[in-house]
Amino acid sequence: MMDLSTLIQLLDSTLRLATPLLFACLAGLFSERAGIFDIGLEGKMLAAAFFAAAAAAMTGSVWLGLVAGIASSVALSLLHGAASITFRGNQLISGVAINFLAAGLTVVIGEAWFELGGRTPALEGAARFQEITLPLAGTLSGIPVLGPLYAEVLSGHSILVYVGLLAVPATWFVLFRTRFGLRLRAVGENPGAVDTAGISVVRLRYSAVIICGLLCGLAGAHLATGLSAGFVKDMSAGRGFIALAALIFAKWRPWYALGACLLFGLLDALGNRFQSLDLFGATVPTQFMQALPYILTVVILAGFVGKATPPRAGGTPYVKER
Amino acid sequence: MTAIDTIAGRPGAAAPGKVPAIELRGISKAFGPVQANKDIAIRVERGTIHGIIGENGAGKSTLMSILYGFYKADAGEILIGGQRTEIPDSQAAIRAGIGMVFQHFKLVENFTVLENVVLGAEDGAMLRPSLAKARKLLVDLAREYELQVDPDAKIEDLGVGMQQRVEILKALYRQADILILDEPTGVLTPSEADHLFRILRGLRDEGKTIVLITHKLREIMDVTDNVSVMRRGEMVATVRTADTSPTDLAELMVGRKVLLRVDKTPAQPGAVVLDVQGLRVTDGKGVERLRGIDFQVRAGEILGIAGVAGNGQSELLEVLGGIREASGAVTLNGQPLDLTGPRADGRARRDAGIAHVPEDRHRLGLILDFTAWENTGFGYQDRAEYGTGALIDQQAMRRDAQGKMQRFDVRPADCWLHAKNFSGGNQQKIVLAREIECDPDLLLVGQPTRGVDIGAIEFIHQRLIEMRDAGKAILLVSVELDEIFALSDRIAVMFDGRIMGERLPEQTDETELGLMMAGMAEGRRT
Repeated sequence: MMDLSTLIQLLDSTLRLATPLLFACLAGLFSERAGIFDIGLEGKMLAAAFFAAAAAAMTGSVWLGLVAGIASSVALSLLHGAASITFRGNQLISGVAINFLAAGLTVVIGEAWFELGGRTPALEGAARFQEITLPLAGTLSGIPVLGPLYAEVLSGHSILVYVGLLAVPATWFVLFRTRFGLRLRAVGENPGAVDTAGISVVRLRYSAVIICGLLCGLAGAHLATGLSAGFVKDMSAGRGFIALAALIFAKWRPWYALGACLLFGLLDALGNRFQSLDLFGATVPTQFMQALPYILTVVILAGFVGKATPPRAGGTPYVKER
Repeated sequence: MTAIDTIAGRPGAAAPGKVPAIELRGISKAFGPVQANKDIAIRVERGTIHGIIGENGAGKSTLMSILYGFYKADAGEILIGGQRTEIPDSQAAIRAGIGMVFQHFKLVENFTVLENVVLGAEDGAMLRPSLAKARKLLVDLAREYELQVDPDAKIEDLGVGMQQRVEILKALYRQADILILDEPTGVLTPSEADHLFRILRGLRDEGKTIVLITHKLREIMDVTDNVSVMRRGEMVATVRTADTSPTDLAELMVGRKVLLRVDKTPAQPGAVVLDVQGLRVTDGKGVERLRGIDFQVRAGEILGIAGVAGNGQSELLEVLGGIREASGAVTLNGQPLDLTGPRADGRARRDAGIAHVPEDRHRLGLILDFTAWENTGFGYQDRAEYGTGALIDQQAMRRDAQGKMQRFDVRPADCWLHAKNFSGGNQQKIVLAREIECDPDLLLVGQPTRGVDIGAIEFIHQRLIEMRDAGKAILLVSVELDEIFALSDRIAVMFDGRIMGERLPEQTDETELGLMMAGMAEGRRT
């Protein structure tokens, strides 16, 4: 049986590992709620991870790294926007192209700049996001159960983890309490209604896509400068796709997205923590444990989690018609 | 184009001196080679209901889309309340006080009524104050114009009539003075349509200007003050409704005399072609759709099945057409037909001599993305005249298609055009050409003139009568009582999966059939 400290470690890494998923999931949420399917989350995250790490390595500032990461991700999302909004192309194909582009370019540029086989140099000090100790963590840690939960699970993460957690209520607020959110949701359901109401479908969708890029940038930056200390080839490891699965699981809702991402984070943490697990005398192999998040992804996508209705206008370019 | 000038001189029409709510001058719009609007001029007086009538494709919708900023006119000018107004987009139209209720509603299905009304006309960046304000206004509007609707209901839970009210409320919320409605009654039941007209009259009496686009003559006569007729992109006349008649309007629309009623001689029924006994169908949800149907159709007669949609007529056609399995006994010319198993399919039915013009031509009658020549041969592509073996003789199919399109007056007579590019009436003619020319013993026809314009209705009705006179048996299913009366030699009324009774058209009337359609009269009399 697990003791409390194992559990706390597990939850601690759950939160850490769920953060990039959460950013990517919310990114997808904005994009898909506006009717633009985005399977390029993975590629944007990867590109952001690379440019964040590269800029941080070159300048020594993680903040400049963050800016570079976000910029690269937004650039790719604008590419996706141009293909799918302006030129009314196929959104899946554009997304796939972005994934390939990012997978290839990061390694090629990385090799050209750093000559480390596609890696960036290891980041240290100010070139990485440092762990933040929340106020009173030391004082409160004495309280049983809640103390350690606060001091060791919630406290002691890099700033992006907290940004990610705050992004959930922020997303909810924007979507359901603002004019922009109403229009954004409307354009994903029936762009004709938005258009006839005299609002630009194109501008709304571009806004959504840019927000998507920004959040993917945060996801990638966290990956390379928060979770690890530098970029390695293919470090996003399918998280963009898992985030999409989480998005479906979450039925395109912000709070559900938090839950879904934490679940995936937990599975990821379990796989890392228990390299092999003895269960009723039989040993569960490491590979199985590490495959858990991916297995859940397949289960979710196969539709075992009940009916999820995507935004109705998702995936179809808007052509003005009467 | 001169029509407007001649009409303007007539007493009562377009009183000069008063500033019209809308005036269009010389509006032209072309889509590629197609001239959708040619030099259109029209004056719509303030505080009137102005009908615009014309066949499908006459350019009515294009004209209104120009007025609502969806399309930009190639030439011409728009005057709103006497002011020259540019309308480059919908926002500008809304600012000019124009509201539009589209044929296909522009509503967000999973939003509430309130959210839909507010969308695009919010007061500030935060939603709640806008919603609160709209809620109050909505209550006032609802009281004023009989537009009651629950502001918190989701659109997807509302019927079409209610959804239409939401569209009208949307326009009123944006303080529209001019309300354009595009084919508003196409989806409404007769009583919903009556309610709509009451609302429109109320709005007019408050000083609003209503433009009603339709192809239904009866609506024009019922509700409009003035009417403009469009034909092939041109405005051919504007008249006071009181000064005209349905026959005149139909003639103006089509450009020639139109028979609103088909001439036919008494039927000469021959041997029984179709004999249906005890037909039962249970659908996928376990609901019994047909609960024991018995009837016969003889050679040389048309049996019309009347009824409100959804009372089993569709299932009946599908069973006879070989698309749905059933139990019971059906014979064609004395030969039993399989109602289950591999021989209960469309192919077997065609081979047996049954042709089927399905109710939903887009789903079952045509492949919209295929060419006309492919569509005129579908279902019969294995027949010898289209080639033998694995290959299809495309030349033969195209020749055949050209012939059919000519004989059925399909316009344009271009067999390379995709089915989706034809108007509703011409699509229906393509289906009819295919099913009639294969020379069946029995023709099943579902809603033959749904979404079909007047000129084509006349043509289609004549073809069906000709076919009857040639000694074929025809089973007609229609929800339009006018059509049932115009064509049928006998009328059977269906209600809730049963036949309520049969009547002869000359011995019954709409009232009696209406009662039977509502399940309120029983009995059999032939």
